[in-house]
Amino acid sequence: MQPTTRETHHAGVHEPHHEELGFWRKYVFSTDHKVIGMQYGFTALLFLLVGFGLMLMMRWQIAYPGQPLPVIGPLLHSILGDAASPVLDANGALRGYSITADLYNALGAMHGTIMVFLAIVPLAFAAFGNFVVPLQIGAPDMAFPRVNMASYHAYVIGGVIMFTSFFIPGGAAQAGWTSYSPLATQIPTNGQTFWIIGMVFLITSSLLGAVNFIATIIQLRAPGMTWMRLPFFVWAQFVTAFLLLLAFPPLEAAAVMQLMDKLAHTSFFLPTGLAAGGAIANVSGGGSPLLWQHLFWFLGHPEVYVLILPAMGIVAEVIANNTRKPLWGYKSLVYSVLAIGFLSFIVWAHHMYLTGMGTKISTFFQTTTMIISIPSVIILSCLFISLWGGSIRFNTPMLFALGFLPMFGIGGLTGLPLGLNYSDIHLHDTYYVIAHFHYVVAPGTIFGLMAGIYFWYPKITGRLMNEFWGKVHFWLSLIFMNLVFQPMFAQGMAGMLRRMSDGGANYSLAKVGQDAIGGLTDSIMHWNITISHAAAALGLAQIPFIINFFWSMKHGKIVTSDNPWEATTLDWQTPTPPPHGNFAAAPHAYRGPYDYSLPGEPKDFTPQNQPA
Amino acid sequence: MDIPYVAQPRQDTGLYNAKVGIWLFLASEVMLFGALFSSYIILRVGAAPGSWVHGLLNIPIGTFNTAVLITSSVTVVLSWSALKAGNFAKYRVLQAITILCALGFLGIKSFEYREKFLHYEVWKTDGTRLLGHIDYNGTHPLFWKTETLAQQKLDSIKFVPDPYHYTMTAKEMAHARKGGHGKEHEPVTIKTSEITRLSSFVPAHSTYFGIYFTLTALHALHVLGGAIVIAFIWGPGAKLWKTDPDRYINRVEVSGLFWHFVDLVWIFLFPVLYLL
Amino acid sequence: MSDHSHEISKHVRIYFIVGIALLIGTVLTVAMNSVHFDSMAVTIAIALFIACVKGFLVAGYFMHLMSEKKMIYSILGATAFFFAGMMYLTIFARDDTPLGTLHTGSGEAFHPAEKSAAH
Repeated sequence: MQPTTRETHHAGVHEPHHEELGFWRKYVFSTDHKVIGMQYGFTALLFLLVGFGLMLMMRWQIAYPGQPLPVIGPLLHSILGDAASPVLDANGALRGYSITADLYNALGAMHGTIMVFLAIVPLAFAAFGNFVVPLQIGAPDMAFPRVNMASYHAYVIGGVIMFTSFFIPGGAAQAGWTSYSPLATQIPTNGQTFWIIGMVFLITSSLLGAVNFIATIIQLRAPGMTWMRLPFFVWAQFVTAFLLLLAFPPLEAAAVMQLMDKLAHTSFFLPTGLAAGGAIANVSGGGSPLLWQHLFWFLGHPEVYVLILPAMGIVAEVIANNTRKPLWGYKSLVYSVLAIGFLSFIVWAHHMYLTGMGTKISTFFQTTTMIISIPSVIILSCLFISLWGGSIRFNTPMLFALGFLPMFGIGGLTGLPLGLNYSDIHLHDTYYVIAHFHYVVAPGTIFGLMAGIYFWYPKITGRLMNEFWGKVHFWLSLIFMNLVFQPMFAQGMAGMLRRMSDGGANYSLAKVGQDAIGGLTDSIMHWNITISHAAAALGLAQIPFIINFFWSMKHGKIVTSDNPWEATTLDWQTPTPPPHGNFAAAPHAYRGPYDYSLPGEPKDFTPQNQPA
Repeated sequence: MDIPYVAQPRQDTGLYNAKVGIWLFLASEVMLFGALFSSYIILRVGAAPGSWVHGLLNIPIGTFNTAVLITSSVTVVLSWSALKAGNFAKYRVLQAITILCALGFLGIKSFEYREKFLHYEVWKTDGTRLLGHIDYNGTHPLFWKTETLAQQKLDSIKFVPDPYHYTMTAKEMAHARKGGHGKEHEPVTIKTSEITRLSSFVPAHSTYFGIYFTLTALHALHVLGGAIVIAFIWGPGAKLWKTDPDRYINRVEVSGLFWHFVDLVWIFLFPVLYLL
Repeated sequence: MSDHSHEISKHVRIYFIVGIALLIGTVLTVAMNSVHFDSMAVTIAIALFIACVKGFLVAGYFMHLMSEKKMIYSILGATAFFFAGMMYLTIFARDDTPLGTLHTGSGEAFHPAEKSAAH
């Protein structure tokens, strides 16, 4: 019933549409979910690298404010002009080019935007979701293949618009990834307009993707694949898709209104009596800046779960597979992920405690925020308990999955003081916040995604990635991630604000003794340099991964079976790589997703399509 | 393997794929328009006294347009039932009416837009505000704003004021409108130096017109999109009726669901923007 | 087959009735509006009530929500929850504001009736 060797499988492949597609149809205008998944994956990884590069430039400026940027300084100056301004030495000779405050702001805004909307979401949701979900539910493709293609194309267009905005006069958007009005609309350059239009395309892409995922999971589950037999990854993607479907439209509405503010000079988010640049703004007024924040965070908070849930799903798959035992508390995991989905829509204003909200509404959002930590903790606990008593295989995917658990734990628990409005008053908008959400997203989500890449790589290419360099990649990443983000908690608690283009150098001058208000001590300031060095080292630590990724495509160890990890879910019961239409014969699910080490079975894994 | 449930419903859900898809899409549309409606509420309750514009839209035309859209909704659902009964010719006729209604709606809407762009408010230095039309050598200009006066180097403008203003209550406005009938509106001359702000009824005029144009333009885009899809299915897409009638009926149903939703949005837009 | 066509003609009759009801509703809304009630709240309540009835007719009969499958109800139920959350909490957040912080700068307590310019 379950073909394990490639030979038996290929013999049985029956392809009704066996026609050779040209290059364009095969790689650019493909409607096959696996190709689209890979398109998403490559593009998103590219943007991940771009976003990382932007961050490195910012880190240089924070560690060495005003110092000429090494290596790429002249390049930046030749492309961006005076945004990278010349630095002269005492004799008036040119030493190099440094980052101006405007450019720093643009780098910050675009680092956030690119990482969230162009790197992590497309990688976690669209790339893994597209490749894995139809395989895991036993479907031949997504429900709407052409919509799927349109979704990818909208994403690329949005990405190109965002990226192009660096090169227009005035540069990219500078108002942060949150684009708060009136700041966003009052900056007189066109970067924000590009940002909004880019966002409209990205939102459209996500909406099309979300509709497609939900419809696929509802409609195309293989016979016997009941809801409670779905792998946890599919559940995570299902909830993620709902979050995207229902949380993104309000931001789209807000983006349209901000575009109107920018281009048609309306005043949706501009209050009466607004002054900008020393003059009363020429607008009708009467708008509400808080309205933007509400609509933005109505997306913004569910978006956090969009970032983390797919990674949790991947980690659950990898842990179940490598502990060789069923996930502990599958049902609790499913109900928790559903609870997170619902609650994530009613916690958003905990990002807005300092906007002058009253006590009643603050208390409401503080309470829901505390409640939503419960299902998150349940999920993490279930994953931890799943390790107990397992015969764990410490391969690279498993290392990343294991790394995810404490890293996400740190990220999640440090969020609690931010969710309580009393402590948030002190911590709001400091490096503490940066450390908190980066622990969730960088060593959290990205570790989960890395686990996924190492895990599904053999299904996609038919070859394994190199284990040794995979482990090098993991350990170096783990060390430097923590060196980057752990000191930021201390900096934040000492009061270092997160949006200063000089890393707080001006504030550090204000020290009287060591404890003037707003002053930053040397010990706090010194971390800036350590963190920046660690960030550069973290970049270097990715080189083994990049080389491994490409080298293994041609030279990696060839898998001898379609199921090299001896997994139970349906994605491994296909030929390698899966052909168009995925399955040799229509699959049927007879059992739950994690039947590992069943007593009485000859092997320690029993695939879902093996009859009882 | 082909994708299942494209034409026939899946047994446990009782639905074919596209129907799930369109309802999910409509769910996101609910959130899109919902966000704009909640923005409307926030802006309106937050408006300073006397600054919220009301009573300036053309109610008879709006009512007529509502009727046009309702008619199109009826023809859409009737055409679908005709198709289910196998009557392709009747479907064609009814859906042709739908498309005409959609075009009619958009035509009327653009006429309404133009009417607004011709209509002005003047804020004067003495604090008075006048609504009316600019008479520029016998023509009515569009889109003038405060800066236009300086650009055209005008010392004064000839202004035909209306007898009402939106600072009045709805009742007072209606009364002023009635009283104004039959009387010639005498044009007045306003010196440029007396004008602090001049704006036609464009989005920048006020938050009301901002949200009015945003909501109705977004709605009009939906009407246009829906009409294009319906016209495609009606015209070049009709080949499918010969090869796979079940799937064709599904397409008509799904496009119809979208169309009804567009109608539904208008049912709320009309009273909220025109009447209240 | 005759049963089938009978069913369809019954549906067609319902569609006509609903269409006419919608047109009557439209006329009624406009008529109510020209009465000019003294209270803005009454005007808003009546207009929105009629709009909701019309919306119910379109969704219930034209979009067949009266007899739809459970899955669609679940999707729309979730949407309704989030829609209500968005509408209610945003407005709640606006109303629960400490004194003197609104951009009007009046420093007075917030009273919706007083601020509503459209009365």
